[in-house]
Parts: sequence; C-alpha cells; structure tokens
Amino acid sequence: MSENGTLLSVENLSTHFFTQQGVVRAVQDVSFSVNKSRTFALVGESGCGKSITALSIMRLVPEPQGKIVAGKIIFNGANLLDLSERRMRTIRGNRIAMIFQEPMTSLNPVFTVGFQIAEAIRLHQNKSRAQAWELAEQMLHKVRIPDADQRVTEYPHQMSGGMRQRVMIAMAVSCEPTLLIADEPTTALDVTIQAQILDLLGELQKQNQMSILLITHDLGIVAERADNVAVMYASRIVEVADSRSLFEQPLHPYTQGLLKSRPRLGYTGKRLHTITGTVPEPLYFPAGCKFHPRCPVGCNDKRCQTVEPELRQVAPGRRVACWYAPGYEKPDDPKL
Amino acid sequence: MNSSVSNDNGFLLKVEDLKTWFPVKKGLLRRTVGFIRAVDGVSFTIRPGTTLGLVGESGCGKTTVARTIVRLIPATAGRVLFENSDLLMLDKRQLRGLRKNIGLIFQDPFGSLNPRLTVGNIIGEPLKLHKGITGAELTDRVAALLAKVGLSPDHINRYPHEFSGGQRQRIGIARALILEPKLVICDEPVSALDVSIQSQILNLLKDLQQEFNLTYLFIAHDLAVVQFSCDNVAVMYMGKILEYAPARELYRNPLHPYTRALMSAIPRVDTSQRGKREILHGEVPSALNPPSGCPFHPRCPLADDYCRKRSPPLEQKQGPETHLAGCWKC
Repeated sequence: MSENGTLLSVENLSTHFFTQQGVVRAVQDVSFSVNKSRTFALVGESGCGKSITALSIMRLVPEPQGKIVAGKIIFNGANLLDLSERRMRTIRGNRIAMIFQEPMTSLNPVFTVGFQIAEAIRLHQNKSRAQAWELAEQMLHKVRIPDADQRVTEYPHQMSGGMRQRVMIAMAVSCEPTLLIADEPTTALDVTIQAQILDLLGELQKQNQMSILLITHDLGIVAERADNVAVMYASRIVEVADSRSLFEQPLHPYTQGLLKSRPRLGYTGKRLHTITGTVPEPLYFPAGCKFHPRCPVGCNDKRCQTVEPELRQVAPGRRVACWYAPGYEKPDDPKL
Repeated sequence: MNSSVSNDNGFLLKVEDLKTWFPVKKGLLRRTVGFIRAVDGVSFTIRPGTTLGLVGESGCGKTTVARTIVRLIPATAGRVLFENSDLLMLDKRQLRGLRKNIGLIFQDPFGSLNPRLTVGNIIGEPLKLHKGITGAELTDRVAALLAKVGLSPDHINRYPHEFSGGQRQRIGIARALILEPKLVICDEPVSALDVSIQSQILNLLKDLQQEFNLTYLFIAHDLAVVQFSCDNVAVMYMGKILEYAPARELYRNPLHPYTRALMSAIPRVDTSQRGKREILHGEVPSALNPPSGCPFHPRCPLADDYCRKRSPPLEQKQGPETHLAGCWKC
C-alpha cells in the first residue's frame, strides 16, 4: 500500500442535542484517526452515536437542537469546525462524500439517476452539461451497472435496492473524494448483494486511493473490510484496535460479549451467549462506566459503578476504556 | 410429485405443492395479462416440537408461504394439512377455531403493536375473543406469560412506546403464545434487532419451545440465525425450494450452488478468511419475467444449456435421504 499518513483525525469530539427533556449527549469525547487509503470502521448498536459522529464530521448535525460542543475535526491539516459554511460546502460532497443506509430515500424520485449524478459533478467541477452527463454514464459503468448507457436515463423506482445503492456510490465517488463516509451501506440489502457492494467499495478504494470511514453494526463486515476499528457504546468509544487484534483478542467486555453473542455458521451449541439487559437511554445513562450494569466483570465493582474509565493506550495501537483490561493502568484515585 | 419432502406420518403441518400466484392486470379493462408466481410448488412437513427454517433473499416468497398457510392470502393450488384438516378448505367459522392453534410473530416490533393499547390489552385480547376470559383471570394469565417472556408483570399497564425494540419483540411473542398455540410462525423475528438483543430473543424462543412443546415455522434471511434455531432448513429462491436438509447437514454439506453462495456471502468474524468469498453475480430476476428452466441459472456458475431448458426436481442427491436438492449439477 502507499504511504499512510493521517487523513482525518477526530479529537475529543462531543455532540449534544438540547431537547425539552434534557441534554442528550449523543457523542462524548470521541477521538480516532483515519489513515490515507485505509478503511476505519466505527461499530456499535443503534443509538450508540456512530451516525452522529459521521454527521458531525460532515457538519450536518441537525440544528438548532444538535450542536458540536467540543473537539476538533482535522481533515488534511485544517479544522473543519473552523471553516465557514461556504468553505465547508466545497469540501462536502467533493473531498468528503457520504453514502447512506437507505438507497430508496436518499435519491430524488422525480429526476433520472443520470441527472442526479451530473448535478453533483457540475456543482463541484467546472464541466459542461454534456461533459457531466458523459461522466455520469462512465460512473455508472464504473460501479458495474449493466447497460449503463440506458440505465442513466432511468428513474430510481425503476431500479432494485442494490442498483440504487450503486447509483449512490457512483454519485459519491464522482468527484473522487479522498474520504468516503459509508453509513451502514449494505444494511438494507440482501447478503449476496451486500457482498457485491462491499467488493465494489474495496475496488474503488484501491483505484482512487480513497479512505473509507465505515459505519456498521455488523462485526462480520468489519472483519471483512476494515483495517482499524473503534467500538462505540453509549456515546463513547470503548475500544480501538487494528481489526486483526480486535477479533483475536478483544479487550473490552462489551466487545467480547458482542463477538460471542453473534450467531455464526457451524455453531452447534444449544444456546447463544447473551449480554444481559439493554442499551441505556441517552437521557438516563448510568453513573461510572456506562456498560457496568450489563458487564459480567465489573457489575459489582464500586469503581466501575462510580468512575468512568477513559480511553487509554494499553499496547501499541490498542486503546481501551475498562478498569479491568490487562495493562490498563490504575492510577491512585483519591475517590477510592 | 417427488418434491414432497418427508414421508413421516407424525407431522403437525404438511404443505403439499402450494402455489400462490398473483394476477398481473393491465389496461383499461384490468385484464389479467400474466401471473407473478410468488410461491410455485412448495412442499414441506414439520413434525411436532421441531423447527423448520425458510431462508431466502427478499422477494423469494418465504413470507407469502407463511401468509398463505394462515389464509391471509388466498392460495392458488395445493394443500395445507394441519393435524389432518386441510386449512385451505375450511370455512370461516372453522378457520377461526383453527387460528387459535397458530400464533404469529412479526418482524417489526414497532409496527406490529397497537400504540393505543396497553401491553395487557395487546396480549390479553386474543384470550377475550377466543376464550371469553376476562377480569382477574385474564390479568393473572397475562402477568404469568409476561414473566415467562422476560418482562415484569408490572409492565401490564404500560404502552408499547415505553419499551425498547427487544422488549417489544417480547410483547409480540407473548401475544402469539397467549392462546397456547401448537404452531408458531416467526417471520424474521430478530432481523430488526441489535446484535446483543438478537441472541436474547433467539434463546428465549428456544426456551419457550422446550417449555410449551412448540412447533416453529421460522422465516429468516440470515443463514447463521436459521442454522442456530432450526432442525430443518428449506432454502427458497423465486418461489421454489432449491434445497432442503437438516440444519447441520446443510451447513456441513451444502449441495446447491445457491446455498453455497449464500453461505459464502455471510461476512465472517475471521480476518484470515478475507477475500476468499465467492461472490454471486447479477441480481434476482424479475418475478414478472422468470427465467426458463432452473430459476437460478442466470446467476449460477455451473449452468449449461440443459439447466436453461429444464426445471430440476427437488430430489435426493449424494448424502442422506433427508437431504434434497433441486439442481441438475449436484
């Protein structure tokens, strides 16, 4: 692979929503970095804050309720949070592109797919209508849509879910972004189509030297695609590692539980491992480590119940937030 | 027909050559110009206390099979024997009596519960309607069942919006079980749930099956989930069963190229297996214009002229007689 400097680094990001019921801390103190032409995955269950992290990077957090309250998002050396909205618009969709889970609702039903791709191209590149249209056709070909020259004049409803997701990808990569944020890109698709789309993303990544921030709930997809992973739980990152070490030796009890509770082919046991309880509501996060009520290790530990562990480095390239993780330093805490 | 799947007499449900075709109407006079063969000659049997899994991708007809069995959709042809009476021949009154014996669990725990009813009413309503039980006895029975599905009896007066997805699915399960049915049809019971909740619900379904000696028809798109939950598995594609086998046998020795591709497409938690997947080309063909011969031939790596012309029967290949496949090439 080519040189792997850092392309994007998110530092201590916190995004909150100010609602009538109270402040929802959707993203709290999240830090990670994405290397050039590599794939970084954010994994977690629904409501853990992974999508809000992505929207924060794009500066698309719904205002005025939502607000990025702290942190930096350094992209190519510049802090995106300092840019004017106008400058941001030249980056969004151009240097950083995004694809979403639902290919049905992310395309406009009243325009042809060719028009929609060409529109994105003309917005960011100095091209004529005809050139943009031609490029749109090439893009459809590139994402392996059969009969691209005819499909380009079709409307989204004439296409299957997998085709629509290909159109979304064509649109996203038409300006050759350096970072592609893929938010659950295959969750709405069938497994055989999912495999095709993941394969396509990998190929485009190689061709364009593109970094991918992959947001997913599926650990299988992470194992398949990601170079590095951050596991999120209740608005925080609880573990960061390269994907091989994460799957070989997960350190956080939540990661361990997730891996064990996954039904897998060839498993012959009578019961599946479970993580007891449910994900806490963001308005009523427990004190201390947010995972402690469900944790098999620390549920009765006073420290886990009262003091939230921060994300610390425990080995080269491995960070974890758990008092019990091997190598997690235990400083003298005056509270205990 | 040799697509009948088992000759066992001890069955609870036996489906024989079931067909559900939807007419396609066109033009001013809404003339029928063709049919979508959503279910096209499906046969299987389920023995009491066991689970049959129906797997397949979206649009393969698995949900239509379930809905046809409970007569939510009229069948075009075939027989559905439930304890020796043919469900497709029953009149309305008989059907009402029989529906007590079949419970349904749906995929979407948000859309399938009435938001204006309390949990007690949602679960208790079938008991009132079918058995005329009311008052304290009703409350007691609902509370007892709530405890069985892992909820607190205190939840009885709450509304569905107060619960998480996993808890709502538990409510849906309680509603399906309140009449003590013999057969429970689970239509994608865990696909809308988070991973950590999925395993809880799958375990719960297994526990309840043991406790109440339930028989499940389990519909899902995820082969790993099906393999864990089911005794036998039928793989569907374009309205037909392509392969039928005991779950372990199917995993150990998948015969049909489609089953193999489905298994291969599941992302594994094993970074060393990266990039070793077989990727199936193309998409499921339109049901309006199905391919000739074997329905899988346009995507099949093994297909030849014979496959394009002749539709293969579901029959025993190498391996045990319980393992059937519909393929000329295996």
